[in-house]
Amino acid sequence: MIIVENLKKKYVGITVLDIEHLDIPKGQSFGLVGNNGAGKTTFFSLLLDLIQPTTGKIINNQIQVDQSEVWKKHTSSFIDETFLIGYLTPEEYFYFIGELRNQNKADVDALLNNFEDFFHGEILNQRKYLRDLSKGNQKKAGIVASFIGNPEVVILDEPFANLDPTTQIRLKSIIKDLAAKKEVTVLVSSHDLIHVTEVCERIVVLNKGEIVKDIETSEATLKELELFFSGEEEFQENISAS
Amino acid sequence: MFKSFLKLQWKSFFRSSSMGKSLGIKIVMGFFALYFIGMMAFMGSTVFFLLERAIPNSDPLVILSQYLMYWVLGELLFRYFLQKLPVMDIKPFLLLPIKKSSIAHYILGRSSVSFYNFLSLFFFLPFGIVLLIEGYAAMHVVFWLMAIIGIVLTINYINFIINKSERTLVGIGFLLLAVYGLEYFKILPVKEYAGKLFYAFYDNPLFAIIPLVTAGLFYYLNYSFIRNRLFLDASLQKKTAQANASDLSWTKRFGAIAPFLQLDLKLIWRNKRTKTQVFMSLAFVFYGLLFYGMEDMGMGSGMLVFVGIFMTGIFLMNFGQFIPAWDSSYYSMMMSQNIPLRKYLESKAMLIYVSIVFMFLLSIPYVYFGWDALAINFSCALYNLGVNVPVILFFGSKNKKRIDLNKSAMGNMQGISATQFVVGIPLFGLPMIIYGLFAFFVSFEAALIVLSVLGVVGFVFRNKILDSITRIYRKKKYGMIAGFKEQNS
Repeated sequence: MIIVENLKKKYVGITVLDIEHLDIPKGQSFGLVGNNGAGKTTFFSLLLDLIQPTTGKIINNQIQVDQSEVWKKHTSSFIDETFLIGYLTPEEYFYFIGELRNQNKADVDALLNNFEDFFHGEILNQRKYLRDLSKGNQKKAGIVASFIGNPEVVILDEPFANLDPTTQIRLKSIIKDLAAKKEVTVLVSSHDLIHVTEVCERIVVLNKGEIVKDIETSEATLKELELFFSGEEEFQENISAS
Repeated sequence: MFKSFLKLQWKSFFRSSSMGKSLGIKIVMGFFALYFIGMMAFMGSTVFFLLERAIPNSDPLVILSQYLMYWVLGELLFRYFLQKLPVMDIKPFLLLPIKKSSIAHYILGRSSVSFYNFLSLFFFLPFGIVLLIEGYAAMHVVFWLMAIIGIVLTINYINFIINKSERTLVGIGFLLLAVYGLEYFKILPVKEYAGKLFYAFYDNPLFAIIPLVTAGLFYYLNYSFIRNRLFLDASLQKKTAQANASDLSWTKRFGAIAPFLQLDLKLIWRNKRTKTQVFMSLAFVFYGLLFYGMEDMGMGSGMLVFVGIFMTGIFLMNFGQFIPAWDSSYYSMMMSQNIPLRKYLESKAMLIYVSIVFMFLLSIPYVYFGWDALAINFSCALYNLGVNVPVILFFGSKNKKRIDLNKSAMGNMQGISATQFVVGIPLFGLPMIIYGLFAFFVSFEAALIVLSVLGVVGFVFRNKILDSITRIYRKKKYGMIAGFKEQNS
């Protein structure tokens, strides 16, 4: 579904992302982890054609992302709150996104019904603009909006961050259900190793812009990741000591 | 403590996002400030002699005193719109070992050295000096000046209290009109009474204490108000207004651009900055009166073309200039969605077209100044429709500065750079030159016809032109996304 070839992104001579090859097949639930500055958001921005690659390309369903806009029809995403139109109510925002994805009001309403639990009665029928909702609720609205229109690719950047415990658990099951649908490819980035191992069937670790691990999730994955991230510190301590 | 606050305020002023980073803007602002100061000082020193000549055999101070009432009311109005209260971000200080009273005193003290207070002083001080030179009693003049300072400070602190209340604004405006009306229709000699009141400050120096006392009173009122509100939940929590979800289904008749039209209409209506701009634009229909009223502006003058373009195109300029920037906070989202850029731009263009027609209709009463006026405005409107809309959209593509929709429009320099001033040149300059050339070499009518034809041609080819503009926007996409992400540009 998504093929990355020789992708490099440089800022002022510093390479922030360098992926020689990455292949994400259709229907996979893909997890991306890494420390701050590893290149996760850069990768997603490149995937969504929000920034230009220095070299290389990304192909989304056989369409090169920076050459044509056709991939936008089947790709949806939620990166952060700036993806929301603050002066709309959540309903208006959902309907607006629905219109862009050829869904009429009834379709959108039907979808929103599934998330009644998730919304906890705090999003719909509140007569509040998105900008007046709490950060957590804004995030909930944004994440659900990315499900509108039966997208084939869903990209979520750190969806678990800043959500309360109940919401996190609910979100995990939502993403797992979504991933179970074999037509939908889900890409999730996270700082939370536990969540990402529970939700994703494949985990890629980025460090300083390069892929350092590419694991098929199993029982041992969590331990492996924890060891890697703590081991890194040990490794760096050794460097500074010597 | 005061010094530390001052240092912080100084840094925040120069590092603020709404200062406008570019040196050019700062210089322009500096010039404006100097201009106003110079004007005030000039007026202050000459008004004495002007009054002497205008109304002979009377005491200019008495005459001035009569108008002071208008001044007070006018200042309140003026400050309501333009004076920004020195709101300090109080939150960081609540956790530190700083006395709340210090914070409150600092906020109030800072406002007393505001530019607006000094502006008035730049008028009254020269006037006072002239009085001294002309032989008025020195002691009396000095106390009179002190009274004036007291009045200025009182106005300053009153403004603090009423600043957010629209009702008081309307009340003051109404009062001003009523007082002027009473005087104009000779119902009540309000000016005389007020004049006697203000003259009393000169006559009896002891009265000068009154304004100083009122200043102190309002200071104290504000102080206790602020001091008691320095809690996290008191004044710092914004009141969230009830959202009015509007249907706007009448936009469906516009076809594919309907969702964007709806979005833009909501954008304009639900955000402070855009909403104020719409009202300001409407008010500008009176701008032409300044020019048409002047006798020395011949009917064939190029300035009238400027006025025509300005009045019919006010919304075009205010809104069109920042077109992608209005959506800057969520531009990334728009770009990652399946949004046909063409339709996005088309809906913005549609709004501007409607505004031009609307402003033209509003300007029809200018036919009072003659059919020529109507003809000028009509051809300017056509020119705006066909030529200036693509021009402004083109300049919009150069826009890379973020705009925060929630901040008010008055005195808000966010998003403004030197480009904004450069845009004016082709927008106004070009039609004025075209008009000037044809009016001079051929005739007035020919010039208007040329402008109109250019407009019509541009409008007829608008689809093609919009296509090329869309291409430009597409090319500039990355730069715009990166620019809009910068929070402090």
